[in-house]
Amino acid sequence: MLDYITSYLSSNVTPGQAGNFFWATVYVMVVFGGVSVVVMAMNWLERKALAHFQIRLGPMRVGPHGLLQPIADAIKLATKEDIIPAEADKLVFWVAPLIILCASFTVYIVVPFGPTHAITDLNIGILFMLGVSSLSVLGIVMAGWASNSHYPLMGGLRSSAQMISYEVAMGLAVISAILMTSLNSTGIGTLSMIGIVQAQQQAHVWYAFKFFPLGLIALIIFSIAMVAETNRAPFDLPEAESELTAGFHTEYSGLRWSLFMLGEYAAMGAVSSIAVTLWLGGWLRPFPNWLSGSFFDLVFSLFPAFTFLALAGFCFYGVTRMPKHPYFRLETIGLAGFGAVLGLIGLILLITPVRTRVQDIYWFLAKVAVFLYLYIWYRATFPRYRFDQLMAVGWKVLLPASLVVLMATAIVGVVI
Amino acid sequence: MTDPTTYISHLELGEPDKTYLDTNELIINMGPQHPATHGVLRVILKLDGEKVLGTECVIGYLHRGVEKIAENRTYAMFNPYVDRMDYVAAVSNGLGYCETVEKLLNVEAPPRARYIRVILTELNRLASHMLWLGTHALDIGAMTPLFYTFRDREEILKIFEKYCGARLTTHAFRIGGLQYETYEGFEKDVKNFLDFVPPKIDEYEELLSTNRIWVERTVGVGKITGANCIALGVTGPVLRASGVKWDIRKAMPYSGYEQFDFDIPTCENGDTFDRYMVRMKEMRQSLRIIRQAVDGIPSGPIMAKVPKVIKPPAGEVYHSIEAPKGELGYFIVSDGSTQPYRVRVRPPSFVNLQALDLMVRGALVADVIAVIGTIDIVLGEVDR
Repeated sequence: MLDYITSYLSSNVTPGQAGNFFWATVYVMVVFGGVSVVVMAMNWLERKALAHFQIRLGPMRVGPHGLLQPIADAIKLATKEDIIPAEADKLVFWVAPLIILCASFTVYIVVPFGPTHAITDLNIGILFMLGVSSLSVLGIVMAGWASNSHYPLMGGLRSSAQMISYEVAMGLAVISAILMTSLNSTGIGTLSMIGIVQAQQQAHVWYAFKFFPLGLIALIIFSIAMVAETNRAPFDLPEAESELTAGFHTEYSGLRWSLFMLGEYAAMGAVSSIAVTLWLGGWLRPFPNWLSGSFFDLVFSLFPAFTFLALAGFCFYGVTRMPKHPYFRLETIGLAGFGAVLGLIGLILLITPVRTRVQDIYWFLAKVAVFLYLYIWYRATFPRYRFDQLMAVGWKVLLPASLVVLMATAIVGVVI
Repeated sequence: MTDPTTYISHLELGEPDKTYLDTNELIINMGPQHPATHGVLRVILKLDGEKVLGTECVIGYLHRGVEKIAENRTYAMFNPYVDRMDYVAAVSNGLGYCETVEKLLNVEAPPRARYIRVILTELNRLASHMLWLGTHALDIGAMTPLFYTFRDREEILKIFEKYCGARLTTHAFRIGGLQYETYEGFEKDVKNFLDFVPPKIDEYEELLSTNRIWVERTVGVGKITGANCIALGVTGPVLRASGVKWDIRKAMPYSGYEQFDFDIPTCENGDTFDRYMVRMKEMRQSLRIIRQAVDGIPSGPIMAKVPKVIKPPAGEVYHSIEAPKGELGYFIVSDGSTQPYRVRVRPPSFVNLQALDLMVRGALVADVIAVIGTIDIVLGEVDR
């Protein structure tokens, strides 16, 4: 038994490939737990960042600077009355949020956080991701239909049309990146998520900068399509608050509603990680060619620790700015404690064996975080597209553009 | 185009189309509880998919019988009630009412009172337009301008609060002039505001006017011609955006507006974007008027000689002013007693709302929201 567990540690493949059930289970739990925590953190961060875009403070009451707000929300949602409308199709109504949740969590199976840090490495990884993530449209249509109400129905219809039409442009953009993986001596490409990053490592270039500007255009097309794919502003028509009150989840409440939100945020992370894997070098650190050598390797490996130490410093700065009133004593202690935990993590990350193992995950997550921040930024900046305009952008702009990029990539690849 | 003044009910469903699939038209009910109907407006939409075939407005959810109340109140007692009609432009409502009663009494407010009235009314126009801009942008999906406009509207409300103690339902004016002399530093506050707000208006325009999505969402949406506007009695920025240069401040000057130099901004196309541009330009013109008024504010009394008990001679009078949303008229019939025999209000929102159906027929659901926002209705005024 113990041998079974320890035997994996010497291998250098993912637990899924090694066929090791124990470590695969551990990885599944770590990844899914991590995704749930990131979703909660993202929820807090979105409200906070959006508030600061809009000259507000955002959550401030629950915990220092509202840090415990997601937990308070979770408790509120879990204890809320769970209403199923009398006229609703009960079974479909019940299944719809689960489908969305499963679809957006399952894709994390193949997300490569590092060369061995993935649950498994499918040889059709990217295809699996696109396929499973587009299953969530089924959940949205089912939710809209099962509610037996006009607004959710329209939200569901909008959503299905939108997700299907943007998937075409998204898929073509992805193919142009996959074509680039075949530009090696063997001439055989790969669909494996880890393989794609390794191909970028061997080519010494992130695909966003390959055949400049073709890769970059493909990345931009993908990053527009992925916003539409996850139903976020400015493409948030299925849940357009000012038009359809809440779109397909109008009739949902309590825990079921929170499953939709969990699924939506998890899907945002999933599509962001596709973009990072395909174009931004996945777990590879920035400037591998320009700033190479052991000195820069050391500097870049210190980044995770420094990030956590900086966050800890930020917390301690917040402690000094807290009002000196007995009422705020508990919050001040809490913030200091949070800072201490972050600082401790930072210090642990300074230790050499931890440092070298964690930096892959760090760079991957840092790149994903940039995309997640962009989502918030879009939401604060853009008005919402109208339905016909959304379709026009998808079919008349993104689709031809991605076709052109695909063909140009193929031609350039053959010629060079 | 059918004659817009004839009433067509759109709410009979057509025959189901069996040719391809079993499709049918859909009637959905927007409001009275809906995030984007600006209060309690209920719009019944007949839809073919996302396309709007017709609309019908159901109003009256905020009816408080303001006109009937007037018949049981003295002229002075009714004055605060008018603030509750268009509650985002309460000062304009009060100005209209006071001027109408003054016309009935045949008195005129002294020059200083008229200048202060102009300053406060134009500040209120700015506040009303700012609130409109924020909510309109929110309806179209841009959340952020709402908070910016509320931040700047706050400065106006602070001036109101300092002047008369109230922020929203101000009751700032009295029949015959003003109750209160301006507070110390009033002119300084207004001048500070005049310096503070132009860059903010530029900021709003920067956020929206050149935003591609904003332009696509507003250009060509909710088009209405000037002739149709006139036929329906539509006034205010909606009329001016359709190319009709009609502003009561210029056409029939009241409260000393003839002394100020300002332009009437107009646009040609009569779509949502033009209405947005007209209001943005109007905000700048209001600033011009306020600057002239605050620079030339005369000294003197603030109250004309008005008897303690207001008992106008028997007769009737109609007087209208240019409220932020359009022509606000009061028709008062006096029977010689201390209470009006009848008060009839001509609210701009109510009349402008009639144009909704004409503007959205054939458009999409999202356009209905944009058009409700662009007409700039306040349900307190529609229902009274």
